[in-house]
Amino acid sequence: MKLITAVIKPHRLDEVKDALQAFGVHGLTVTEANGYGRQRGHTEVYRGAEYTVDLVPKVRIEILVDDEDAEQLIDVVVKAARTGKIGDGKVWSIPVETAVRVRTGERGPDAL
Amino acid sequence: MPDGFSAGDTAFVFICAALVMLMTPGLAFFYGGMVRVKSTLNMLVMSFISLAIVTVLWVLYGYTLAFGPDAGAGLIGNLDYLGMRGIDLNALTGTIPVTGFAAFQLMFAIITPALISGAIADRAKFAAWSLFVALWVTVVYFPVAHWVFFFDGGNGGWLGDRNGVIDFAGGTAVHINAGAAGLALALVLGKRIGFKKDPMRPHNLPLVMLGSGLLWFGWFGFNAGSALAANGVAGMAFVNTQVATAAAVLGWLAYEKIKHGAFTTLGAASGAVAGLVAITPACGSVSPLGSIAIGLIAGALCAAAISLKYKFGFDDSLDVVGVHLVGGIVGSLLIGLFATGHVGQTASGLFYGGGLGQLGKQALGVAVVLVYSFVLSWLLGQAIQKTIGFRVSEDVEVSGIDQAEHAESAYDFTAVGASLARTPAVPAAVPAEKTEVDAR
Repeated sequence: MKLITAVIKPHRLDEVKDALQAFGVHGLTVTEANGYGRQRGHTEVYRGAEYTVDLVPKVRIEILVDDEDAEQLIDVVVKAARTGKIGDGKVWSIPVETAVRVRTGERGPDAL
Repeated sequence: MPDGFSAGDTAFVFICAALVMLMTPGLAFFYGGMVRVKSTLNMLVMSFISLAIVTVLWVLYGYTLAFGPDAGAGLIGNLDYLGMRGIDLNALTGTIPVTGFAAFQLMFAIITPALISGAIADRAKFAAWSLFVALWVTVVYFPVAHWVFFFDGGNGGWLGDRNGVIDFAGGTAVHINAGAAGLALALVLGKRIGFKKDPMRPHNLPLVMLGSGLLWFGWFGFNAGSALAANGVAGMAFVNTQVATAAAVLGWLAYEKIKHGAFTTLGAASGAVAGLVAITPACGSVSPLGSIAIGLIAGALCAAAISLKYKFGFDDSLDVVGVHLVGGIVGSLLIGLFATGHVGQTASGLFYGGGLGQLGKQALGVAVVLVYSFVLSWLLGQAIQKTIGFRVSEDVEVSGIDQAEHAESAYDFTAVGASLARTPAVPAAVPAEKTEVDAR
């Protein structure tokens, strides 16, 4: 199993969700996140004092998938999240040892 | 009522007094929105406590020191009205009852020390601040109000009545007075931890807008009410107040756009206050066109002045100096240029054929109040610092003054973990609820 994590622009969340549903993903976790990449943040001015705000609002999506679906799923997310402008985000995957469905106790791919 | 009494004037001044009262909670919001979340309540209540302390002192001895018959040389009132005793219900100040005048002037005495609190945001012990308010109004505000606002046919206050310094509604007595005191206290208390390094962004600009809106609204009472009659001078003061404030918003925003590239909300709110401050002394002696000039100049100059604290390295947290001291000086001095000679007061400024005489008088008023207030405020601040301590501990300042000084927080941001928070003991009277909680 793999854990796919995507940090994307908040306004692309709906597209990514739709694309994942079309791909057949049953569940996902979404959290509000803050961060920056190469573009850094933005500047705010209060009575002449300038503040650099590094952290930009983002959305973080986490999806557990079977190994064989992982690469394809990454492509789906990337395609749906892309605007072509700076700050589109990152997607990565890491191996997962085990997963358990809390309600039934099923383990591994059956739990997804 | 006696001859000379005017029900219209009286009704007008009472309403104006109530409007001015609303400025202090308005100021609390204006300041409260500008501080960080952790010191919001402290900022609000520093203004609010002035309503309580100054009101009581006003009755005890404030009114008589400021507006009692002169005790000599126009420096201070005598003690005839100690405890506000002996004031006849039918006695008049002009065409209104003395009680109405006393109520109106009380509201000025309340907001003036509250203005100072912005200079020492986030770091003053509440008890020390309360003591400062009590001492400051006693030795600074009450005498200065006597100098500037007490008229008695040439036997009144030495600046206004005897030397012809024009301060229609409080440019010197209120704004320069508070601004100079703010500078003194900012120096006594020192910089906030992280000044110039940590971001200290306003936590709630909508509150700032609400506060500046309330100030603007109440300021009509402040300025128009200072005519002490529902007459043409009050009307002109009302119009000038509106016009100068509008122009100052434009002046501040234009400066900001050119200098920093953005029209900020805080700039609009601050510009309004700067304009209100600047027109306060002048609104009874200039024309609406003069008011536009005063507003534009005050807006741009105050916007420029707020960077002084970074240049000179003093932490006047919410720009009491940049807005009130500078705005007050601008308005007071510009009377010397723009006074028309026929609005309310008869003195003419330089641009209206009056020469430099009035400008000189205005400069005297500015300098005297500035120096007196700065020196006494600094001494009072030092005395409190050396005895009970004025500044909170580093620990309290970093973790937030609201919880340490007031045992409260302004906002409850608890989402996760709310059920883990310690709940108050359930009173014995409602055992049913307790059982239900236990069952869960």
